[in-house]
Amino acid sequence: MPDHSASGPPAPRDTLAFIDFDAIRRRFSDAVPDLDFCSLRVYEERSEQLTVRQGVVQPVSTGVDVGGMVTVIHGGGLGYAATADLSDAGVAWAIREAVAWAERAAGLAVHDFSAVQMPHPRGAWASPVALPWEHTPLSAKLDRLRAAEAALRGDPRIVDSAAKLWRIRATSLYLTNGGGDVEQTADMIVPDLEVVAADDGVVQSRTLGGRGVCRQGGLEVLDGVGYDEAPARLVEEVLALLSAPECPTGTMDLVLAPDQMVLQIHESIGHPIELDRILGDERNYAGTSFVTPEMFGTYQYGSELLNVTFDPTQADEFASYAFDDDGVAATRVPLIERGVLLRPLGGVISQARAGLPGVANSRATSWNRPPIDRMANINVEPGDQPLEALIGGVERGVFMTSNCSWSIDDSRNKFQFGCELGRLIVDGELGPIVRNPNYRGVSASFWRSLSAVGDRSTAGIMGSPFCGKGEPNQIIRVGHASPTCVFSNVEIFGGDA
Amino acid sequence: MQQRFLTIADHVQRQLGAGEGFVLSFAGESSSFVRFNKGAIRQPGEVDQSSIELSLLRGQRQAQGSCTLTGQPSEDRRRVDAMLAVLRAQIDMVPEDPHLLVAERDDATTDIATGELRPARDVAELVATEARERNVDLVGILAQGPVHRGFASHHGQRSWFSAESFHLDWSLYLRADKAIKRSYTGTRWRDDAFRSRLDDAAGMLEPLGRPARKLAPGAYRVLLAPAAMLEFVQLLSWGGFGKRALETRSTALLDLAEGRRALAPIVSLREDTAAGVAPAFNDRGFQRPDRVRLIDRGAHAGSLISPRSARQYGVATNGASSEESPESVVMDGGDLPTDDALAALGTGVWMGNSWYLNYSDKPRGRITGMTRFATFWVEDGQVVAPLDAMRFDESLYHMLGDGLVALTREQDTMLDGDTYFRRATGSATLPGALVDGFRFTL
Repeated sequence: MPDHSASGPPAPRDTLAFIDFDAIRRRFSDAVPDLDFCSLRVYEERSEQLTVRQGVVQPVSTGVDVGGMVTVIHGGGLGYAATADLSDAGVAWAIREAVAWAERAAGLAVHDFSAVQMPHPRGAWASPVALPWEHTPLSAKLDRLRAAEAALRGDPRIVDSAAKLWRIRATSLYLTNGGGDVEQTADMIVPDLEVVAADDGVVQSRTLGGRGVCRQGGLEVLDGVGYDEAPARLVEEVLALLSAPECPTGTMDLVLAPDQMVLQIHESIGHPIELDRILGDERNYAGTSFVTPEMFGTYQYGSELLNVTFDPTQADEFASYAFDDDGVAATRVPLIERGVLLRPLGGVISQARAGLPGVANSRATSWNRPPIDRMANINVEPGDQPLEALIGGVERGVFMTSNCSWSIDDSRNKFQFGCELGRLIVDGELGPIVRNPNYRGVSASFWRSLSAVGDRSTAGIMGSPFCGKGEPNQIIRVGHASPTCVFSNVEIFGGDA
Repeated sequence: MQQRFLTIADHVQRQLGAGEGFVLSFAGESSSFVRFNKGAIRQPGEVDQSSIELSLLRGQRQAQGSCTLTGQPSEDRRRVDAMLAVLRAQIDMVPEDPHLLVAERDDATTDIATGELRPARDVAELVATEARERNVDLVGILAQGPVHRGFASHHGQRSWFSAESFHLDWSLYLRADKAIKRSYTGTRWRDDAFRSRLDDAAGMLEPLGRPARKLAPGAYRVLLAPAAMLEFVQLLSWGGFGKRALETRSTALLDLAEGRRALAPIVSLREDTAAGVAPAFNDRGFQRPDRVRLIDRGAHAGSLISPRSARQYGVATNGASSEESPESVVMDGGDLPTDDALAALGTGVWMGNSWYLNYSDKPRGRITGMTRFATFWVEDGQVVAPLDAMRFDESLYHMLGDGLVALTREQDTMLDGDTYFRRATGSATLPGALVDGFRFTL
């Protein structure tokens, strides 16, 4: 195994530092006129993508994306302007344009935005990092990927293989005309492994976690997710899938591993309770919701075993922060307790529009998109059963892991999801592997069939780097932690069914 | 923006050392985005952005970097110099790239299309006012302004694409999920044209107001409008038509490509750059042919081949992007006049839009997804009632094979309204499809 200890050379000089936050503070302070509300959100994202595919190092890619967005609320209207030019002239242009939009929208706006009490926060935050990316030379990181990718090859039935590592550092500065000043830095790691096998007309794939493996932190994340050990298991599984039978068809129990629970939580709890969907903002694109405002506080979303939290305070989860992009301080908030729906995912503006409580979840994908209601870390809280007890309680069912297909209606109700690998469960015992496992259901009833929740030993911390929503379109990063869970009487089927 | 691009490209050229080369792609836009909900303005604003992706080349080695530009020449030169320094440090640490392929000719194209746009603030006020006057629940987005793409290389190539356009994508909602979806796109905004489209959509709300019908799972005769077909083509475009996906057996068209299955002889599909609105060059500087046949009379006819795949698999590139997805896809029309399509449907489902498609068995070409927006139950060619959203799970080899009754004679050209990261420049020209035995499951 390659040596990847914490010690190493000092980080190289930062030649890609394009902006000076102190200069931008002065510029904004000098330029901001007398308005009901004005903010400048500067966002810088550094990224590096490393991939080894079929034994070949793919082009190493380094990115720096930096710019700022001015948001103005005045006279009841709201407007924004975004530019990468953060000079005096650029900031002045952005303020002028945002003011012009706010003035023109006043009286035509969906809400009297001047009535919203926008916060003016002060603070700083950074995600903890044990093994900084910069302390390991590029050559060592590539060697580690080469080793992982090589371990995916060897069998002639393997037709594609790749080892990937994506590093992101996102730094933001949020300033307001009321003295708000927040600086935050999030370091993120997204590792992946992919292997495709084909034989006699059958094609099967395995990945590290269907792109769900992503966390905040440094290179210590790789050890946390068992990156170096995973290839051997994935190869064994993908080859077994080639000759495995199709997943059976029928109504039976379903056991979902954390890397599929991530998707189930995301699509059929997270999105339906986003307040902007409930307010109708997303109806032309991402969709509406079967959840309506009067449900909060009374609606039985799931069985009494279901407890869900909004928690951007988890140190290593993918979407942690101290303040959202409208400056609201982030805290852990229960969303569903004992199955009862308590509150929506709505930021300060949506809360004012809907007259409902919410959470600190106004988030923008970058400097060039305005904040909208988003998930952050949405977690299912662990129960009290070890994996053996979960499996032991199933008479006939299928265990599914690693999402590979997802589809849900625009009200977030009728869904169909597929996984890379399934295993039969018969009389409380894990049985043979089955391929192409799929299941379908309806959100409004599915969570009420939650019949057992695993303890912390069954849980995984995962997420997604690619949640699409919004007009203009935005991709946001979300975190989801979950134990393994059991659902009763689910419609399950395989390929060619 | 073109000057911003040329200045940076010439600067990079001057900074090259002995044995070094480069390829540089540029993307920029000055966009107005206005979000509407309930006929009112939700979020309006401006986005001015430009960025480069720069590959430093030394023999068969390369290192890639990207950065945003400010439009301030001295600052942008500083950024490019900093990125070059990082790439020079990296290029010594990476091995030779056997799949590196660079356009060695200095083919250059310039394509500049100016529009006749109304100021976005005037359009926003018009849309909100007209919606309010009609008392309709309009939700959607206006995106307008110029978009730019450029490519430069050390061989002297300087290709440029610039197009000014507007894209108003909106829905009228009657209640819950019952809505009509429409768009108004083009290069010359006309108030009357927008009003006409709004009136037409408002007129379609009447049948949506009838009591909705719930469909039992089963097989039905279905008429898919071109907008519903678009989602299928977009899903297939996600790795379905690429050379790499074919070679790694990851394409959903594997059975078609290997001759085990066929589509109906009336199905022909191609990448038609000449008919589209996307740049005629890719992000590595290769020119695109006017047309690349992908499916011809029901049989696999070709793949989109990026320069990287060309080198790896020993074939010629056809200027595909690195994702090997079509950007200007055209599917031939059939012989069913659109005006006769409901009559030809007879009794069944008229699917105005489909939604959120994904594979339920990719190697076998099986796709699941949902109906969305205006989808109706039709009897004897007459619209009877709106349908509640239904899930389908259907094989491509059935819906475009033995289950395909007809394609409409007329096609719709739909401009890609995606605004992830930047405004898209793609398009799709597709007919509607009449299918027997289309399977709904939930």
